[in-house]
Amino acid sequence: MNLKRLIIIFFLFFISLNANENNNKLTEIYKNLRCLVCQGQSVADSNSEFASTLKLVVQDQVKEGKSADEIYEFLISKYGEWIVYNPPFNKKNFFLWVLPYLFLILGGLFIYVLIRKNRHNKAN
Amino acid sequence: MKISFYKIIIFVIVFFLLIVFWLGLQKDNSYNTKSLVGTTLSSFNLPSINNGDAITENYLKNNKFTIINFFASWCAPCRIEHKYLLNLSNNGIKIVGVNFKDKKDNALQFLNELGNPYEFVAQDVDGKASISFGIYGIPESIIVNDKLIVIKKVIGPINQQIYEEILENLK
Repeated sequence: MNLKRLIIIFFLFFISLNANENNNKLTEIYKNLRCLVCQGQSVADSNSEFASTLKLVVQDQVKEGKSADEIYEFLISKYGEWIVYNPPFNKKNFFLWVLPYLFLILGGLFIYVLIRKNRHNKAN
Repeated sequence: MKISFYKIIIFVIVFFLLIVFWLGLQKDNSYNTKSLVGTTLSSFNLPSINNGDAITENYLKNNKFTIINFFASWCAPCRIEHKYLLNLSNNGIKIVGVNFKDKKDNALQFLNELGNPYEFVAQDVDGKASISFGIYGIPESIIVNDKLIVIKKVIGPINQQIYEEILENLK
């Protein structure tokens, strides 16, 4: 009797764990999708007609076993890169991805030169 | 005259920001899905509103050009553009209507009241099929040729100017 109960509890726990994992994946995808008809809202935040339809499409594609990247790729082919908040790296947005790192390096160089100059001045 | 290192850096930063702002102002930031023009329509299968056979992309291959119009009885701008659709249909242009997130009875009443410009009326009850067409609001119309290539996309209602453009291009 106790073993039966244990198996049922384990089974329910496994189902809820699985459902949670799926929900997390869905929420993660919704958060990275821009609601095109809303002002600055993601699909996750919006209850608009467009967002609710998009959620249904994403749910279907997740059930079909598609990965998040495959879903993004499909939606980008229909709505352009504007639909995702985290656009894939390509030659069009090359500077967008590279500039922060470039500024980091330049900033580092700037500080280095500044410190060196200060030391040089103090030494003199 | 010795120009200081700081002044050069500040000048470069200000110059860079001005260039970025200038380029940003030149760019048209209004979003649309007109980038779909030139792409090939994906395959689809939509049920008929009259319980008849479903429509697939093969149906569109029979016409030189087809307008796929997304409409609903609850959509006010759809009523405004309807007369243009009737005129296009009267001019021999084939139009397929996709009834978007609507009740069948309301859609049929809408067509009875305003006239039916459609060669085929398909149903997209939950709106999911519209995502494959890149639709994000209705009314929207997509004009495709017999090779299923999108040649024009109209976002929002068809007006007199767009009507004339379509008539001129498709006749």
